[in-house]
Amino acid sequence: MNQLQILAKLAWRNLWRNHRRTIIMISAVTIGVWAMIFMTALMRGMVNDMLRDGIQVLPGHVQIHHQEFRDDPSINNLIPETEAELQKSFGQEDFVAWASRVKVPAVIMSERESRGITLLGIDPAAEAKISFVIGDIVEGQFLEDSADSGVIIGQKLLEKLDTRLGKRVVLMSQDPDNEIADRGFRIVGVFDSDPDIHEETYVFAGKETIQKMLGIEDRVTEVVFLGDDVRNVEPLFQRVSELADSNLDVKRWYELDAYLGSMVNMMDGFVLVWVIVIFLALSFGLVNTLVMAVFERIREIGLMLALGMKPSSIVGQVIVESLLLLCIGLALGNALAWILVTSLKDGIDISGVAQGMEMMGASSILYPVLNMRDVITANVVVLVLGFLASLSPAWRASRYQPVEAITKV
Amino acid sequence: MNIVLRLAWRNIWRQPRRTWLTTGAMVFSNTLLIFMMSLQFGTYDLMINNSLQSFSGHLQVQAPGYKDDSKMRQSVPQVRTLAAKYRQDPVFQNVAARGGAFALASSEDRSYGIQIFGVEPEFEPGVSNVPGLVKQGRYLGDIDATEIVIGAVLARNLRVSIGDELTLLGTGRDGSFAAAIVTLVGIFDSGVADLDRSIAEIPLGLFQETFAMESAGHQVVITTPDLSLVPAAKIEAENLLPTGADLVVHDWDALQPGLRQAIQADLTSAWFMYMLLVILVAFSVMNTQLMSVLERTKEFGIVMSLGLTPGRLGRLVMLETALMGIMGLLLGVLLGTLVTLWLSVTGFAYPGMEEMAANFNLPGRMYPKLSMLTLFGGPAIVFAGTLASALYPALRLQRLQPVEAMRAA
Repeated sequence: MNQLQILAKLAWRNLWRNHRRTIIMISAVTIGVWAMIFMTALMRGMVNDMLRDGIQVLPGHVQIHHQEFRDDPSINNLIPETEAELQKSFGQEDFVAWASRVKVPAVIMSERESRGITLLGIDPAAEAKISFVIGDIVEGQFLEDSADSGVIIGQKLLEKLDTRLGKRVVLMSQDPDNEIADRGFRIVGVFDSDPDIHEETYVFAGKETIQKMLGIEDRVTEVVFLGDDVRNVEPLFQRVSELADSNLDVKRWYELDAYLGSMVNMMDGFVLVWVIVIFLALSFGLVNTLVMAVFERIREIGLMLALGMKPSSIVGQVIVESLLLLCIGLALGNALAWILVTSLKDGIDISGVAQGMEMMGASSILYPVLNMRDVITANVVVLVLGFLASLSPAWRASRYQPVEAITKV
Repeated sequence: MNIVLRLAWRNIWRQPRRTWLTTGAMVFSNTLLIFMMSLQFGTYDLMINNSLQSFSGHLQVQAPGYKDDSKMRQSVPQVRTLAAKYRQDPVFQNVAARGGAFALASSEDRSYGIQIFGVEPEFEPGVSNVPGLVKQGRYLGDIDATEIVIGAVLARNLRVSIGDELTLLGTGRDGSFAAAIVTLVGIFDSGVADLDRSIAEIPLGLFQETFAMESAGHQVVITTPDLSLVPAAKIEAENLLPTGADLVVHDWDALQPGLRQAIQADLTSAWFMYMLLVILVAFSVMNTQLMSVLERTKEFGIVMSLGLTPGRLGRLVMLETALMGIMGLLLGVLLGTLVTLWLSVTGFAYPGMEEMAANFNLPGRMYPKLSMLTLFGGPAIVFAGTLASALYPALRLQRLQPVEAMRAA
C-alpha cells in the first residue's frame, strides 16, 4: 500500500471512532450544502422566469432604434431606413428570429372608458417566434397578417375598458405632423400574461394597418433580434451592429432593461455571498471538531511521531479526515437538493404574494432551477475553504514534541 | 458566587479554544442577523413610506370597484363636501379630494396618453409629496384655473416648458368627448420614472367640468400621523361615511397590495436564511457540548457515585451552554451594533442596487435602522437554539451508570 492509501484508511477509521460527533458534523454540512444549492436554485428559477417574461414581452435580445427613440419614444424618431432597405440588410442573414415593429404611445377608448397604452404594430408571422402574445390568446384569435384590421388586447384592459371581444375600440395617437391620428378597430383577440401588468400596457395591431393610420408609409420604430443564448448576446450584437447603418442605436437587452440586467448580475454575486456565509457558519463547527479530534489523540499522534511518521503525514491525515467528512456532507447535501428540486419541478405556487412578485417582475409560480455552475461553485467553495480551515488544526497536530505528547495525560 | 455557576464557568474554560470557536459561531451569526434585519426593516419602512407618500395616502374613500377597475362612473358624489367633513375630524392628519381620468395630452409637436388627476390645490400638499417636488414653475393655485402640473420626463417627451399650452382629450363620465386646453405652470421631478412619465395634475374644479363629473370625484385621500394609527382611522372613516352612500374605505394595504406582498415574499426568504444560520450554530453547539460531556464521563461517574444526581449534572451542562450563549449574545450584539451603526451613518450600497431600488421607490443607498426588534430578535433566537441543542447531551447524562462511567477510558 502506498502512503496516500494508508493515510486515507487511517483518516477514515479515525472519523468513525466517535460516530456521534461525526454524524452531527456531517448533518450540519449536509444541511448547509442543501440550503446553499436549494436556495440558489429558487433564486435562479425566479430570475430565469423574469428573464423569460421580460425578454419575451418585448426586448428580444438585441434591438435597433433611431438614436433619439429611447429617450423620446415618439413617432418623429422613426428608423430612417424603409422596410425594404431593412429587409435587404437583415433578410439574408440566418437570425433565430427578427421582426420590425411600430411602437408608439397611444390612447385606447371604448364606449365608456379610455386608457393610455403602448400600441405595437407587428407582423404576426415574424413576431411568432419572438413575443409572448401568440401562445397566450385566451379568447378569439391572433392577427392574421400585418394588414389585419383587428386589435389584440389584454384581459385586464378588456375589463377596465368595460368592453368585450368583437366590440369596437378607437385608438388615438399622433402622426409625424402632430395631428391626432385615430382609427376604429374591432377586438379580435384577448391575451393573458403573467405578470398581469402587460395585459394593461400593450395593445397589438397589424403593422401595415398602423403604418397607414399614422401615415408613415413603410417605416418602423424598432427592429428586434433574437439569438441563441440570452446570457451571451455579444455575437448577435456584433453581427447586428455590422449590418445596421451606423447612425442607428443598437442595444443589448440588458441595456434596454437595466432592472433586469442588474438583477441577473446581482444573482451571480448573491450566489457566492450566500455560499460563503453558510460556509463561515459551518466552519466554526468544522474547525472545532478537528481541534477536538486532534486533542483527544495527542498521545497517539505522539506515538506515531516517535515511531518515525513524518509530521507532513500527520498534517495529511488530519486534512484527509476533514475532506472526507466534507465530501460525505457534500454528497448528501447535493443529493438532497437534487431530490427536492426534482420533486418541485412542477413549480411552487406562491400566488398568495403574486402582486408582490409582480413588483419584482416575477410570476406567481416559482420553478427552481439547478444550475450546474452554481452547484459547482458551492462544492468548490466548500472544499477549498474547508481545506484552508483544516490547515491550522492539522499543522498544530504535527508540531507536537513526541515525548511530551506521549506523556500527556 | 453560586457553586454550580462557578463550576460551570471553570468548566467552559478548560478548553478555551473550543469555547472561543463555539462562541465565535454565535457572534458571527448574531452580528449577521442584526445587520441583515436592521437593513431589511429599514428598507421596508422606507418602501412603505415612499410609496404611500408619493400618491396613495394611508386611506382612501372610493366607490366600490374603483380600486380594481378605476372606471369614470365609479365616482364619489359631492366629493369636496365629503372631504371637508373628514377634515373636521382630528383623527385624520390630512384629507384631500381627487378625481382621476386617462387622457391624451398633446403639445405642439407631441402627444402622450397620461393619467390626469383633478386635485384640490389647497389640500393636496398634505397627502402627496408631488406638490413639494415641483422643481420648475409653481404648483396649482385656484381650484378652477385652467392650469396643469406634469412630471419632468413627460415635459421632456412633450417638449414643453412653463407657460406652454397643452390639449387634453379623453372620455367624460357620461361617455361624452372631453377636451380642455390648459397652461403648464409647474414641472415636478420625483425621480420615480413612472410617476414623472405618466402623471399630470389639474385643479379639481377644472377636472369636474372637463370630464362631466358635476360635483363628483373618485377618491378622498387621507393620511394619519403614523402607520400604526391606520386601523383605528379606517374604522372612524367608515363611521363617518354618509348614511346610505355606496362607498368603501380602503387602507394602504388594499390600495397597494403589491407592497405588503413584496415585503412578505422577501421576509419569507429571509426567514429561511435566518433559521438556517441558527440551525448551523445549534449543530456546532451540540457537537461541542456532546464532546465536553463525553470527555468528562469518568469525572461525572465519580461525582455521581459521590451522590450528585443526574438532574443536577444535566443542569450544570445546560448552565455551561447558557454561559457560552450569553457571551455569544453580548459580543454579537456589541459587534452587530457597531457594524450596523457604522453603516447607518455611511450608508450601504452594492453594484446594481440602484436599478433594483428604483423599482421599489427606494434611493440607491440603503441605511440600516436599529431597533429593539432587530437588535435582540435574532440573537434571542440564536440563544434559544443554543439551549435547545444542548438538551441532547444533557439528557444523555440521565442514563449514565456511575460504575461504568468511572471505568470509561
